[in-house]
Amino acid sequence: MEPINSIPCLEKAMCKCSEELNAKVKGLNGKRAIVVCGGTGCLANHSEDLEAELKRLVKEYGLEDKVTVNHVGCFGLCSQGPFIKIFPEETLYRAVQVKDAETIVKEDLVGHRIVEDLLYVDPITKMRIAKQEDIPFYKKQVRVALHGCSLINPSLVEEYLGCGGFKGLKRALTELTPQQVIDEVTNSGLRGRGGGGFLTGRKWQFAANVEADQKYIVCNGDEGDPGAFMDCSILEGTPFSVIEGMMIAGYAFGASEGYFYVRAEYPTAVKRLTEAIKDLEEAGILGDHVLGTDFSFRVHLRLGAGAFVCGEETALLNSIEGKRGMPRPRPPFPAVKGLWGKPTCVNNVETLATVPYILREGWEKFASMGTEKSKGTKVFALGGKINNVGLVEVPMGTTLRTLIYDIGGGIPGGKAFKAIQTGGPSGGCLTAADLDTPIDYDALVAKGSMMGSGGAIVMDEDNCMVNVAHFYMNFICDESCGKCTVCRIGTKRLYEMLTDVVEGRGTEQTLEDMKAIASVLKDGALCALGQTAANPILSTMANFPEEYLAHVKDKKCPAHACKKLVSFTIDPEKCKKCSLCARNCPVSAIHGVPGKEPYVIDQSKCIKCGACLSGCRFDAIHKE
Amino acid sequence: MNTIQVKIEGRLYDVDASLSILEAARSVGYSIPSLCYWNGGHNSLASCRVCLVEVASAQGSRLVASCVYPVAWVGADKGFEIKISSPKAIEARRTSVELLLSNHSKDCQTCVKNGNCELLNVAKITGAKDNRFPGEKSKATYDDCAPGIVRDTSKCILCGRCVERCKEAQGIGILGFEARGFETFVGPAANRSFATSPCIQCGQCVNVCPTGALSEKREIDLVDEAFRQGKYVIVQTAPAVRAALAEEFGNKIGTVNATGRMVAALHRLGFYRVFDTNFGADLTIMEEATELLHRMKGEGVLPQITSCSPGWINFAEYFYPEILPHVSTCKSPHEMEGAIIKSYFAKTHNIDPKDIFVVSVMPCTAKKGEAKRPQNAANGGLPDVDAVLTTRELALMIKRSGILFNELPEEEFDQDLLGEYSGAGVIFGVTGGVMEAALRTAYHALTGKEYGPIDFKEVRGLESIKEASLDIDGTIVKVAVASGMKDAKKLLDEVKAGTSPYAFIEIMGCPGGCINGGGQPFVKPTLQPEEGANVLKEYRQKRANILYTIDEKMTLRQSHNNKDIIALYENFLGSPCSELAEELLHTSYVSNREKFPNLK
Repeated sequence: MEPINSIPCLEKAMCKCSEELNAKVKGLNGKRAIVVCGGTGCLANHSEDLEAELKRLVKEYGLEDKVTVNHVGCFGLCSQGPFIKIFPEETLYRAVQVKDAETIVKEDLVGHRIVEDLLYVDPITKMRIAKQEDIPFYKKQVRVALHGCSLINPSLVEEYLGCGGFKGLKRALTELTPQQVIDEVTNSGLRGRGGGGFLTGRKWQFAANVEADQKYIVCNGDEGDPGAFMDCSILEGTPFSVIEGMMIAGYAFGASEGYFYVRAEYPTAVKRLTEAIKDLEEAGILGDHVLGTDFSFRVHLRLGAGAFVCGEETALLNSIEGKRGMPRPRPPFPAVKGLWGKPTCVNNVETLATVPYILREGWEKFASMGTEKSKGTKVFALGGKINNVGLVEVPMGTTLRTLIYDIGGGIPGGKAFKAIQTGGPSGGCLTAADLDTPIDYDALVAKGSMMGSGGAIVMDEDNCMVNVAHFYMNFICDESCGKCTVCRIGTKRLYEMLTDVVEGRGTEQTLEDMKAIASVLKDGALCALGQTAANPILSTMANFPEEYLAHVKDKKCPAHACKKLVSFTIDPEKCKKCSLCARNCPVSAIHGVPGKEPYVIDQSKCIKCGACLSGCRFDAIHKE
Repeated sequence: MNTIQVKIEGRLYDVDASLSILEAARSVGYSIPSLCYWNGGHNSLASCRVCLVEVASAQGSRLVASCVYPVAWVGADKGFEIKISSPKAIEARRTSVELLLSNHSKDCQTCVKNGNCELLNVAKITGAKDNRFPGEKSKATYDDCAPGIVRDTSKCILCGRCVERCKEAQGIGILGFEARGFETFVGPAANRSFATSPCIQCGQCVNVCPTGALSEKREIDLVDEAFRQGKYVIVQTAPAVRAALAEEFGNKIGTVNATGRMVAALHRLGFYRVFDTNFGADLTIMEEATELLHRMKGEGVLPQITSCSPGWINFAEYFYPEILPHVSTCKSPHEMEGAIIKSYFAKTHNIDPKDIFVVSVMPCTAKKGEAKRPQNAANGGLPDVDAVLTTRELALMIKRSGILFNELPEEEFDQDLLGEYSGAGVIFGVTGGVMEAALRTAYHALTGKEYGPIDFKEVRGLESIKEASLDIDGTIVKVAVASGMKDAKKLLDEVKAGTSPYAFIEIMGCPGGCINGGGQPFVKPTLQPEEGANVLKEYRQKRANILYTIDEKMTLRQSHNNKDIIALYENFLGSPCSELAEELLHTSYVSNREKFPNLK
């Protein structure tokens, strides 16, 4: 593309690109456009091969002049991927395999007939739905941070420009002073999407207030919560928006250098971001004298090696500096003394992706969404025992019930909802009693959990909450950087105590000791990882005390999830002596005589795998 | 000084606004337990969580690490109150210590740091309960392969003081945190031994370690064995030892010149002869000053760099092999003295040198390795020195034998061929001392007369780098002095680049010189409250003053006027740098750089 080295050039390019994108979507260019999901989930399901196959078939069927094929960012409904969407009809096909490509080309592209089998089926009405906007999953969502994701090709700056890209930056550079940009973001009420929930504008203000020869803006893309992929999807689906947000931040508080810190486990995100940076440098949008103004900005990319603690901002800064990723004591805060001792703002990917929207649409529009103290929208990665596993973006204030039932499609298999874990390993569990809690930073904290970065894992009646706490504590124990005593040793002791509880060795004193460590951890750890490490325990203890007591007093796991506390028995009355269970048993723990004597499980040999139970056709085996 | 008003336990105090909470509290009479806090908080990682205090305000209360939290953030004007003894703070500090103890080997009775353990101290102060949180222990490493330092991670509390100390003092950073979570440990890269890492064995890490995780490698058993075998066990003591030994017996730092009692104790321990390494120091000056004059005449490269400090020699061999030709070939004083004992002394007394066992009492852990260098075995391959004890080990031997050190009379070193020593030798123990001693003799050699004021005060002081330009009868000699490798690097880089303006450079491995060596008595503010809050800033000067005072009181102030030295040259060696002197008193160096090609 032509260099964009001045504001008029940018305006011209925006105009042209906008027309082109509009033409593509509406078919005004006389072509139909197929977009294939290029998010990590769909890529794992061979969407790249699907895209190649579609391209091949388009050529084979001589449709090259009539059809374009390219990939876009995540569609969100990941459990049903890979997705393709065909414009201008906006037909959405789901779970499309490579072998389905020919059917789509023949039927839809050539024959103009919708391939019914590949449409989304509403689990309740069993109706097939052809258009994305009619699928309940999408109905209550609003895409702000994900603006353009699943519409534009993340590798083409032209498409980003076509959907409003760099309008925010242009407004900042041409209409606003740096202080006005900070005010705009402060007024919008945008709070950090990485977990802390600190007002973004205020953070920028702190950095702006410090005199320094060099300042830095750092984008925290070290998303490490188990089950979270919000930042991954944003970086993959709309990398330019994050860069634009970073540039606006740099302009606002005076940083001329930006660092992306992205975990190396996100190869697609890293690749697209690298390309995006290169494209912008070539186009002249990044570098000296951005768009011909006095503002210069450079972007660097650093890869994280996978330590969860590097998501903590001071550990992240150490890591960028080439040091071991261990948190620093605060104060001084990074806004005063950050990267290489210079004032630095560390903002999360989603936060920065939201900034262009605020500048483009105005703070009032952003602030019109959400609750009093939590404005705008929030992206969640819905996972666990939920029908619609995937990526969602909802306005703040949406209730958990809406999130889980309306958008998430409820719990599979008609099981009962038990809890939703928000905030990842640092967060807590909320129960059925909390379902009408609005998604709001302060409301979630008040209920004993936290917003976190947006992981939301749903649990049903089969999940043991002690076991869940045990899982998270194992994770934290591994991921502690080892620097401070209460985290390094405290989490290990908590994990050992929880192991005692789930294996039937715990006592009520164990629970008391756990509380003692948890309380010092919460108040006395060096960084947020340690301070929140005990949250899964504290919140499950608070919300499900009876489950803990059942484990330590009765040595029972009410959810039958803790293997050491479960036993399998065969009801001799119901046993038909068919021997299937004995044959299924991997450790030969079941004995009997076929057709003559009922079967019995030798408890000393049983490994609690459940193979006998799932195999029995006569409901003769019980788990308790 | 900007002051700020803080409220501590309900009372208002005006404190220095630049301090941490811990330091501010210290200034008004509170000693908050701490472990990782060290050196005015400069090195503190805030990792141990033993110094937690509660900070309360209308917004609620929280715990903060008082060692790093700026008191300026919790001023009374903003409504904050610091609570050191609230139940929450006390419980938190106790829990931190209990957690540390739960992953500690707890073999306190037999631990080398018995009596000097800061963990044991905070356990006592915080009221830690035994075995409150029993559980698995981290995998431990025990490394005693290196000559001077032993690392036992089962006792390490990961405070990180050693990590910071190695960087601060030596600029090396041989130690770092490795692995993560519960298995995190501190050690050389990839958990290698000190013996196979570019560690210079200076022992500064040992001095700051709060527990028994780092210690000197003891050689008392070697001495015992020599006595058992009936050898002529001859001991010599380095100058810096007398400046600090009395501290091991409850005397305040800098108050007691221990020379006489130390000699008395060594006599009572049964050593065949008790000599002063100062004799060796005088000998070193004779050789080194002569070597310098040779170099100044164009025989060899300038600047000449001193070679008394084995930590520095290790550093040069690892990090600056290019400049080894600049390093004086003189052995260090105790090695010279050992070589003379096993030759001149042995010959004169008609003793088979094989039956002599030379023990050096040194303020140094690196000397242990120096004594084992094959280059330091002049008499038919016999090591010049057979065992090196640190000041701390000597104290232990004295205590072990039931000798009441403080009640001993003052006795003199044995006057037997190597008895006399000069004040010039004494000041070897402090940074700048070797330079000053050498200048006194070089002045004489160049001018044929004594330097009037005797003292070269230009090279005194504990700054890490000192430089001076001296006019010796028209010859301008530019000299520099550095201690601690981190700061010495500036001088060494100049030498390497060929831009060094100096003729003579003195380098000591430990900041401040031998008085602050890795084998000296521990200085632990929390265990020695009587030393005052500024002890870490003051102890080096206090020890140095003892040595300068001894020098001033001596009538013999120059090495070349030592009559035993003169006799040694007349009767045995011939002249400085003679063939025999080269054989016995000079050494060589090897580059170890190849072993670590990626060193920076």
